[in-house]
Amino acid sequence: MEEVRAFAPTGVIGSSYLESSLARAMEWEPHFIGSDGGSTDHGPDALGRGKCMFPRQAVKRDMKLMLQAARSSNIPLLVGSAGTAGADLNLEWASDVLMEIAREEGLHFRLALIHAEQDKEYLKNKLRQGKIRPLHPAPDINEEAIDKASHIVGMMGTEPYLRAMDEGAQVVLAGRSSDTSIFAAVPIRNGLPPGVAWHAAKILECGAASVAVRRHPDGMMAWLRNDHFVVEAPNPDYICTPQSIASHTLYENAHPFHLLEPSGMLDVTGAEYEAISDRAVRVWGSDFVPADKYTIKLEAAELIGYQSVIIGSIRDPVMIRQLDSWLAGMQERLDQRIRGSFDGMEMGKDYKLFIRVYGLNGTMGPLEPVRTPGHEVCLVMEVTADSQELATDLADAVEHFALHYPVPEWHGLISGLAYPYSPAVLNRGAVYQFSMNHVVEPGDPLEMFPMELVEV
Amino acid sequence: MSKLWEITKLVRSKNAGPFVLTFDIMFDDPDAYYRTRDSGVINKGLVARLYNTSEEDVMFFNCDNALAIKFSIPRPNFSGDLNDSDVFGGQQFGPLVDIEVPDRL
Repeated sequence: MEEVRAFAPTGVIGSSYLESSLARAMEWEPHFIGSDGGSTDHGPDALGRGKCMFPRQAVKRDMKLMLQAARSSNIPLLVGSAGTAGADLNLEWASDVLMEIAREEGLHFRLALIHAEQDKEYLKNKLRQGKIRPLHPAPDINEEAIDKASHIVGMMGTEPYLRAMDEGAQVVLAGRSSDTSIFAAVPIRNGLPPGVAWHAAKILECGAASVAVRRHPDGMMAWLRNDHFVVEAPNPDYICTPQSIASHTLYENAHPFHLLEPSGMLDVTGAEYEAISDRAVRVWGSDFVPADKYTIKLEAAELIGYQSVIIGSIRDPVMIRQLDSWLAGMQERLDQRIRGSFDGMEMGKDYKLFIRVYGLNGTMGPLEPVRTPGHEVCLVMEVTADSQELATDLADAVEHFALHYPVPEWHGLISGLAYPYSPAVLNRGAVYQFSMNHVVEPGDPLEMFPMELVEV
Repeated sequence: MSKLWEITKLVRSKNAGPFVLTFDIMFDDPDAYYRTRDSGVINKGLVARLYNTSEEDVMFFNCDNALAIKFSIPRPNFSGDLNDSDVFGGQQFGPLVDIEVPDRL
C-alpha cells in the first residue's frame, strides 16, 4: 500500500477525548483505529489485583465512541493492554464493557480476545533453560518468585494482532502489549518500512501528548508512507511542531533515541522533523534494527501483605527540632511494647512499620537534598502484616503509642500528633510490588498469547 | 546567571517503566538550550551527586532536535514498593529547578 492512515483517539482509554476530534479524524478516512488501554504507571496494584485504574463509566464512554466509529466505517479497532495491566482479569473486565456496548448499540462483529497472562510452568521451564534474563535494574527471580507472583503478563508484539486480523477479526481486544505494537501492526502488514511504522506508532500511542501544548487528552492522526510519515492532530486547537514531535520519544523512555520492541530496536537518532503546515509535521530517517533474538518483556506483581495507614501531623516546634531522635526512640520503644502485647512479634520481621515524613522528605525519601523540616510536618505511618486483621490491630497500637510518646523538654503527658480522622487507622487491604523486569525468549512470537475468536 | 526554571519550558521527571526514572529538561529557546548544553553545568557527575547514584548508572543525553537535556537513573525504590514515595516518579525533579546557568559563555 502507498499510504496507511492511522488514528489514535486518545492516549489511554478512560482518559477521555473530544467527539469532535474523532469526527474530524474519521473524515480523513483512517484505515484503522488503535488505542492503548494500559500502563504500569499506576504502580503494581492494577496487575496485582487485576483491576482497571480508570472508572468503568469513563472506559465505556471512550470505547463506545471509537467502536461505533470503527464499525460504521468498517475498519479494524485494535485495543491493547486492556484494563490497565492486561492480565486475564483485566481483559475479562474490558471485554465485559465491550460486550455491554455491543448489546446496547446493536453492533455485530468478529472479536479477537488475545490473552497475555503467562503460565507459571511455562516460565519456570524457560528459566531452567536459561531463556529468561534480567533487564537493568531488576529484582532477582527464581522459580519461587514465579510461583509467588499474583499475575505475570508478557508484553506482546505485533504478531498476535496480525494473526487476529488474518482470522478476520474486526475488533481486537488484547492483554498486555507494547504500546507501539498496537499501531505498528497494520502498517507492517501493509508492507511499510519498519522504521516508519514503529516511529509513527510511538507518536500515536500517546494520542495528542506530542502536540506543542496539550490541555486535555485527545487524538492524533498519522499518514504513513514509504519513506516518511506525517502527523497532525484533528483538534483544531492543537498544533504539532518539529520540536514537539521530536520531544515525544523522550517521554517515559530511559533512552531518547532507542526504543526496544520484541522484534528489535527503533533507532530515531537519524530522524528528521519538518513542519509541512502550521499544524502538521513530516518525519523521516528513523531506522529499525532487528534483534538477534525475539524477546518478550515480562511484568509481574507479587502480594507483599496487608496494610494499615495512620496520618498524623506535628506542629510543636520542640518536637520538630528533634524529629529524628523522637522517631528513632518512638519506634524502638514501640517495638518493645508490641513484643510484650503481641506474643513476641518483632518489628521488621513479623510486620513492617514505615514512616514517611512529609514536610521533610516525604516526596523524595533518601534522595532529598534539603534536610530542614517545615513549620509543621505530616507523618504517614504504615503497618504491613500478613493479614489485614493483624495490620489493623498493630496500627491501633501504633496510633496510641506514637500519640503519647514523650520528648524530654515537656513534663507530663503529651499528645504529640494531630490525627485528622476518627478512626485514625485507614485500611488499605492487599498491597503488591512489581517482582519482575525480565525478558523471555519464546519459541515463536505467538505461543505466549492465546487467542479466542468470538462472534459478537 | 539564570535559574533553570526561568529559561526552560518544562523540567520534569517520570517513570520509564517501574524500575527507571527519567528526567527531561526542555527548552523553547534554542539559545538557552545550546548555552545550557555547552556550559556543561548539567552533567553526569552532577546527576550522580544530586541523585546519590554512580556515574556508570546515569544515562545522559543532549537531544538537539528536541532542544532538551535528558538523563535516566535506576530508581532507588521500584515504583509502588513499600518504601517508594512517588509511584509515577513525577516529583523527583525538584533539585534541578534552581540550578544556575551562565547567561553568557
